[in-house]
Amino acid sequence: MDERKTILDVKGLRTSFFTDDGEVPAVDNVDFHIRQGEVLGIVGESGCGKSVTSLSIMGLVPSPPGKIVGGEILFQDKDLTKLSDKQMRQIRGDDIAMIFQEPMTSLNPLFTIGDQLREALKIHKRDWSKKQIQARAVEMMKLVGLPRPEALLTEYPHQLSGGMRQRVMIAMALLCDPKVLIADEPTTALDVTIQSQILKLIKNLNERLDTAVLLITHDLGVVAETCERVVVMYAGKVVEEGPVHTIFKDPQHPYTRGLLASVPDMRFKKERLYSIPGNVPKPGSVKIGCKFAERCEFAFDRCRAENPELYQTADDHQTRCFLYDPKEAKSHDRTVIES
Amino acid sequence: MTEPLLKVEGLKKYFPIKGGFLGRVKGHVKAVDDVSFFVNEGETLGIVGESGCGKSTTGRMLMRLLDPTEGKVTFDGQELTSLAPAEMRKARRDIQMVFQDPYASLNPRHSIEKILMEPLNVHNIGDPKERKRKVHEFLEIVGLSSYHAKRYPHQFSGGQRQRIGIARALMTNPKLIIADEPVSALDVSIQAQVLNLMQDLQRDLKLTYIFIAHDLGVVRHISDRVGVMYLGQMAELADTESLYEKPLHPYTQALLSSVPVPDPGFVREEVVISGDVPSPANPPSGCRFHTRCPFKMDICSKEVPLFAEVEPSHSVACHLYEACRPQ
Ligand SMILES: Nc1ncnc2c1ncn2[C@@H]1O[C@H](COP(=O)(O)OP(=O)(O)OP(=O)(O)O)[C@@H](O)[C@H]1O
Ligand SMILES: Nc1ncnc2c1ncn2[C@@H]1O[C@H](COP(=O)(O)OP(=O)(O)OP(=O)(O)O)[C@@H](O)[C@H]1O
Ligand code: SF4
Ligand SMILES: [Mg+2]
Ligand SMILES: [Mg+2]
Repeated sequence: MDERKTILDVKGLRTSFFTDDGEVPAVDNVDFHIRQGEVLGIVGESGCGKSVTSLSIMGLVPSPPGKIVGGEILFQDKDLTKLSDKQMRQIRGDDIAMIFQEPMTSLNPLFTIGDQLREALKIHKRDWSKKQIQARAVEMMKLVGLPRPEALLTEYPHQLSGGMRQRVMIAMALLCDPKVLIADEPTTALDVTIQSQILKLIKNLNERLDTAVLLITHDLGVVAETCERVVVMYAGKVVEEGPVHTIFKDPQHPYTRGLLASVPDMRFKKERLYSIPGNVPKPGSVKIGCKFAERCEFAFDRCRAENPELYQTADDHQTRCFLYDPKEAKSHDRTVIES
Repeated sequence: MTEPLLKVEGLKKYFPIKGGFLGRVKGHVKAVDDVSFFVNEGETLGIVGESGCGKSTTGRMLMRLLDPTEGKVTFDGQELTSLAPAEMRKARRDIQMVFQDPYASLNPRHSIEKILMEPLNVHNIGDPKERKRKVHEFLEIVGLSSYHAKRYPHQFSGGQRQRIGIARALMTNPKLIIADEPVSALDVSIQAQVLNLMQDLQRDLKLTYIFIAHDLGVVRHISDRVGVMYLGQMAELADTESLYEKPLHPYTQALLSSVPVPDPGFVREEVVISGDVPSPANPPSGCRFHTRCPFKMDICSKEVPLFAEVEPSHSVACHLYEACRPQ
């Protein structure tokens, strides 16, 4: 078992949007935790609730229409869902930081990179001198591997390439040595050669600074290369959680298996791809039963009548599927899906 | 050897950069700069490369949705680049395009029936009854049902919309389909459905594909041959197997070694390149890749490497292979 201390513990998190069509349960009873210095991945298809999960942790769910309607987010024994806006602001700068997919939306086009880095620092290091602040800004630019840091600090966001902007965002996020960095699709908008540079940077910083990283992505390759553990989400729920090595070698949940079998592999040619039939259900449309039942080739009566829980299948591996309910396991064939 | 279905020679597209006093032309974005390749009947040619390298511009010129600045495109024995607009419209019956964004490429106010009927109307194929029958037939072929004909694009999921986009491209019984990032906007599980569909259609209808994408896994899966573009030029083009197993161009090597592989135990051979792609308005001298190339030699910044075959069916534009060329 991993000895490292749990630093962030999400328990039974439920976040909904209240729209004209009624309540949309975007995050539906989600549990996971991150240990100190660990890289945890959250993977899942569009709309499964990855971003809403991270916004919930950051206290940034747009409200209205969104609201955390249940659960706890424990960070250093504090429940973040109970904190005031002011307390959350403090946490966001000092303890938990976030980077987004499109850095341009989080950088102000009217101010230089330097202005923005210094401004962010001033809020949290009130007693620092101008000189200290400038030195720290330069140090951070170097840390994230940006060339000619002094000159870049005087430039505007549009003068930088996409990869450079994402490095600036990472520098900005790490200014105050946060304990947790949430990266929501940090490389999705970038080309592969740049993506590989940014992922290396995130991993390298995680190792050097011992910052825990929550990496959100829909790319299974990115998870395999960067994360230690992974949480697989489907339609607002965690369907499987475990160490990356186990999940990629021996996926359990039929959705995880199907997903892995659907990805074309750059290293060899599969004759035909496995494909999961059907589409992801609209959030809230499956009221009872496993949300994957409609697309699952193993589904049996119970799958449509009851909600499966997360069954512990090993010390550090959990699966939300009745096939892994100790009561069912013997009577069903879980033959691996051939790809 | 039979003639290829499509032959592209010295294709160029320069977009003028306007600005300054009286909107004078300040320079040119060399979006596509001297690209040549061919596509055989029944095969799939994949085109890969990073954002802005000129993949879409190339695809659009093949159909003459964009007119080339220079170069020659020959399709099925006919030189498209010299056709008059009316003749070109006729030729488009045989070449169709599938786009990345199924949302943007379908008119939201038209029913699926109307959308699928349109190419038949444009090319004057069949009578109204036949057209209707054809719409229903193709809906079934792409895995939808005839009752979908009365619905509107917003009533479909992304994957279903891409099926509609494919059905629309098939309506005129084309020979060649140019698919520009047809699965890039789709989720992995839906992407697999669409790729399988495209492969089935190719087999059943004897289609030829040009498949443009930036996902190297997808391209390996679907292509018989693959071309790698960099800054408006073809860096390497080879049979899929040899391109992925034995990439020659340093850029191809770097690109392949950057792709994250869904296997945590995988140890790769790395070819690391630094920095970003330079601007196509002001491309580097000599080999366009020399500013990022880990194997750069003196000659690389001075002379443009020839794009030529160094092994059977394996062409590359790189000075490292100058000696391997048949003289
Ligand atoms: N402001 C909002 N109003 C209503 N519904 C919302 C809002 N934001 C998100 N949702 C819904 O919540 C669900 C989860 O969305 P979320 O953005 O977390 O998905 P995601 O997993 O991050 O997807 P992607 O991979 O596309 O980023 C979606 O079904 C979405 O429609
Ligand atoms: N109409 C236009 N006017 C000016 N420049 C253009 C025009 N269309 C494309 N370009 C430029 O030409 C270059 C090639 O663009 P193109 O769209 O062909 O790239 P691409 O390889 O398809 O990229 P992506 O992967 O992002 O789709 C880019 O630098 C682009 O900015
Ligand atoms: S619970 Fe049932 S429907 Fe859901 S994944 Fe498992 S077998 Fe399939
Ligand atoms: Mg998201
Ligand atoms: Mg394009």
